[in-house]
Amino acid sequence: MVDRVAANVSAYALLAWMWIRVSLSYRTSFALLTAGQFLITGLDFVAILVMFSNVDVLGGFSLTEIAFLYGGSALCLGFADLLLGNIERLGQRIRLGTVDQMLVRPLSLFVQVCADEFALRRLGRITQGGLVFAWSIYALDLDWTAARVAMVPYLLVFGTVIFLAIFTIGAAVQFWTAESSELANAFTYGGSTLAQFPMTIYPVEAIKALTFIVPIAFVNWYPSLFILDKPDPLHLPTAAQFAAPVAAALLTVAAAGIWRTGVRRYRSTGS
Amino acid sequence: MRSTVSLWFAVAHRSFRRYSTYRAATFAGIFTNSVFGLIISFTYIAVWKQNPTAGGYDVADAVTYAWLGQAMIMTVAVWSGGATDDLAARIKTGDVAIDLYRPVSLLGWYLASDLGRAGYHLLTRGLAPMIFGALVFDLHYPANALVWAQFAVSVVLAVTVSFGVRMLVSASAFWLLDDTGVKHLAAVFAMFFSGLAVPLVLFPGWTSDVAQALPWAAYLQVPADIWLGKHQGLDALAAVGFQVLWTVVLLLTCHLVLARANRKVVVHGG
Repeated sequence: MVDRVAANVSAYALLAWMWIRVSLSYRTSFALLTAGQFLITGLDFVAILVMFSNVDVLGGFSLTEIAFLYGGSALCLGFADLLLGNIERLGQRIRLGTVDQMLVRPLSLFVQVCADEFALRRLGRITQGGLVFAWSIYALDLDWTAARVAMVPYLLVFGTVIFLAIFTIGAAVQFWTAESSELANAFTYGGSTLAQFPMTIYPVEAIKALTFIVPIAFVNWYPSLFILDKPDPLHLPTAAQFAAPVAAALLTVAAAGIWRTGVRRYRSTGS
Repeated sequence: MRSTVSLWFAVAHRSFRRYSTYRAATFAGIFTNSVFGLIISFTYIAVWKQNPTAGGYDVADAVTYAWLGQAMIMTVAVWSGGATDDLAARIKTGDVAIDLYRPVSLLGWYLASDLGRAGYHLLTRGLAPMIFGALVFDLHYPANALVWAQFAVSVVLAVTVSFGVRMLVSASAFWLLDDTGVKHLAAVFAMFFSGLAVPLVLFPGWTSDVAQALPWAAYLQVPADIWLGKHQGLDALAAVGFQVLWTVVLLLTCHLVLARANRKVVVHGG
């Protein structure tokens, strides 16, 4: 078991490294694309700044507090996107028939699909999210107790795992639809956009759905409630603020199940 | 002349049909647009709750704007895509040589094709999320038939302005061979300065005036303001005139750029 995991990880690293070298051989394009990623997400934050040029608080949260939510959400999505963002092209691969080539190789299909065309340019998004996150931590007037400090990596790790699982589910569904990834975008990019703002601006039913059905709220909302010391609009027990690993684990099991079912029922394209 | 016009119609019609083949993708897209429409509506509601007259809009104006934005996102192809992407691919492969041989203008052909695509996207990815938004929220609608007509004209011009910008981006492939980087950056500017991320009227001070003078303002801010009745009478004419001006400037630039590219391609082919 351990051997297999190690073999998969090293295969992933090898494939990723190969694609990094490929992308670096087109330097101008790589620089522009990385800058583009940085700017896309950067202007996202400028949009929030524009909103704050008209208001002082949004849903009871100040600019620095929203910057913390924004940075957390952007980083978690950024890490997940870097690690397996290309999985969303599964439908395209199925249509082109390249999945068949991958299946005959003595290597996990999941590893191959994730590492294929590994895009280092996605560091642009991570850098931008990281800068906003670091600034908010610096600017927030908080008593940084050990528990709060420990909560930050906790948020980033489990938030990333939740997005990894959502990406996987979104891709696995394409085994059935063989269609584009747009539906998945609503959950990945939509989920991350949603998590950039305090949940207090959404209706209570929406917060419930984002807690119990599509657990986006566990990416950064509940950990942030603890760090920022804010009241929970749903009045859940305090344990909810630490429950991100539970949500991440449940979602990962679901993702693995859907992925495996998808691989099993895959029948290639054509007749 | 008549045959040219009927050719353009034929191209637009085929392009419309081509996009309508991918039904499941359309439904998925409508779902995604609706989800983003909801998220953006709630953020705007939070903003206007704090500042009920921000940017001269009231909260219903703002929510209407959010849904108009979702309706226009594919219609004007903010993320690029559409006919101009085909051109970029054909430049890369060299197939563009065949396009240049044809006894019709390259610009007219691709514009017609893009208008056909935009028509399909307006009727599906534009209309459906709008209806969804109208069911969930109280929206504002054009006051009378005249405003509807002005809005319709404004939407067509929004597409032509966006086509002009995207065409220039694709034409960069004549020199760069790969337009991915330029396309990406162009999409970023389009996303932000069209007012999709946040209405241009919210921009602070002079930045709002600058943003509303750029071509991207023609994508969403101008048609939305016409829909919301922010431009009345002569003011509405001026707003449409602004779009016409950018259409002319951009299409002329495209024409010049393509003429230069044309020479380059001939040299390249020997």
